[in-house]
Amino acid sequence: MDLKDLYRDVILDHNRQPRNFGRIEGTDAQADGHNPLCGDRLTVFVRLNGEQVQDIRFEGKGCAISTASASLMTEAVKGKDRAAIQSLYDKVHELLTQQDAPADASLGKLAALSGVREFPARVKCASLCWHTLNAALAHGAATVSTE
Amino acid sequence: MAANPALAPAVPAFDVERVRRDFPILATRVHGHPLVYLDSAASSQRPWQVIRAVEDYERNSHANVHRGVHALSQAATSAFEGARERVRRFINAGSTREIIFTRGTTEGINLVAQAYARPRFGPGDEILITALEHHSNIVPWQMVCEQTGCALKVAPINRRGELEFEAFTQLLSPRTRLVGVAHVSNALGTVLPVKRIVEAAHAHGAVVLIDGAQAVPHSAVDVRALGADFYTFSSHKLYGPTGIGVLYGREALLEAMPPWQGGGDMILTVSFEKSTYNALPYKFEAGTPNISGAVGLAAAMDYVEGLGIEAIAAHEARLLQRATAELLRLPDIEIIGTAAHKASVLSFTMKGVHPHDLGTILDAEGVAVRTGHHCAMPVMTFFGVPATARASFGCYNNDADVTALVAALKRAREVFN
Repeated sequence: MDLKDLYRDVILDHNRQPRNFGRIEGTDAQADGHNPLCGDRLTVFVRLNGEQVQDIRFEGKGCAISTASASLMTEAVKGKDRAAIQSLYDKVHELLTQQDAPADASLGKLAALSGVREFPARVKCASLCWHTLNAALAHGAATVSTE
Repeated sequence: MAANPALAPAVPAFDVERVRRDFPILATRVHGHPLVYLDSAASSQRPWQVIRAVEDYERNSHANVHRGVHALSQAATSAFEGARERVRRFINAGSTREIIFTRGTTEGINLVAQAYARPRFGPGDEILITALEHHSNIVPWQMVCEQTGCALKVAPINRRGELEFEAFTQLLSPRTRLVGVAHVSNALGTVLPVKRIVEAAHAHGAVVLIDGAQAVPHSAVDVRALGADFYTFSSHKLYGPTGIGVLYGREALLEAMPPWQGGGDMILTVSFEKSTYNALPYKFEAGTPNISGAVGLAAAMDYVEGLGIEAIAAHEARLLQRATAELLRLPDIEIIGTAAHKASVLSFTMKGVHPHDLGTILDAEGVAVRTGHHCAMPVMTFFGVPATARASFGCYNNDADVTALVAALKRAREVFN
């Protein structure tokens, strides 16, 4: 177990300066995510153009893993359509939960999250934003909880 | 000739290294480091004396209690009722009829909420708690409010995490039927002035329930001196097993309460037309109890009294004082909960590092602290933080543990710089 695997430079950078941080007013779809275990809360705002995520932002308060994961997610999904996002979600889920799964090349910077799987207590931190995005895309407005 | 008692030290010498040898789990290594256990406010560890008492009971004395004439049933009953008497002495209750075994503090509060408050309270009645309560001293009362139409009032705390006593007394009125307060705050460490609270509440005719989960491991509790109507605590924060706790209630109050749960042991006679209920305390102990847990709790009380609760408290107070001073010397640390009178708990945040990240980094160094909202979300909201990290001390913590905590916090600062 090595802390450097968890807190890689990419993670620390996205925690310090989260990308796409803020709100989208009058959005098509948004959802709140909450991890009651540690108090992490975030809201994901999505502007859709048909099936495509034209813009995405998030705001909230959370640990470095949840903040960096949300920031990386917004960069990764912007411009993609629902099907591509679902496929990416599946790959991230595998990355976070399956030991020794090689990072898929299509993950790009998201591969920096691979260290999380060595810290089972922190997997929910990294996946919260993805569950919240799913809820925003599925229901328009909802609250999801990791518990 | 006996030594002159006037020359004896008021607090017996406390040999922490000898105490540490009583706790086998302290030999554990975590991620290659010696375990530094600073989470006793969540659950303390068990000494050999407790482990062996439970094992001895399981090996030699187990059967069901209050049921058989055979030798083992009598041995088990004797062990279980012996434990009840041990608890009575520990908190100086007047009678074992006032000692009800529960699953823990939470069940004790729920018992009072459902068997005392629910049948009596209605619209216009009020339950008064404080802003620093654990969820288990909030939610059971909210349920009673929903069930009966009574109202929940909350006395405020100040920025140090102390109860605003004047504001508390102003919330007392003839409408106040019950006051529920923590003896010691689990999230902040604040020791509440429970004797003054009881006196003020009684002056308005309200009964008082004290949540003593965090107090019993750190101070001698005398329920009669406090004037408590109900006092409840858990074994597992007092070096005893999980799944067992105690509700003390004044006999007259318990007598007047209907049973809470129905089943075996709590009845005298059962027919399909009508059943009659057993006497105290059995009326509130439906079903086969946690017998080995009670045996373990009694052994834990023997252990604590053997060390001396004042000696334990003085030792922990010194560690808390040193840890507080050392943390304040670190950059970017804010201590949450700075009451003048505290016990064992040091809650804090580090600027720019979420408590959850702190918890992971400290764990990598072998240091176990609690991170999160500590089942006290309203306290977190009051201080404007999503969570804190909390180090808490028990009888087995030593100066090396404080040194390791400080070193691990410096490591966290490095990781996040």
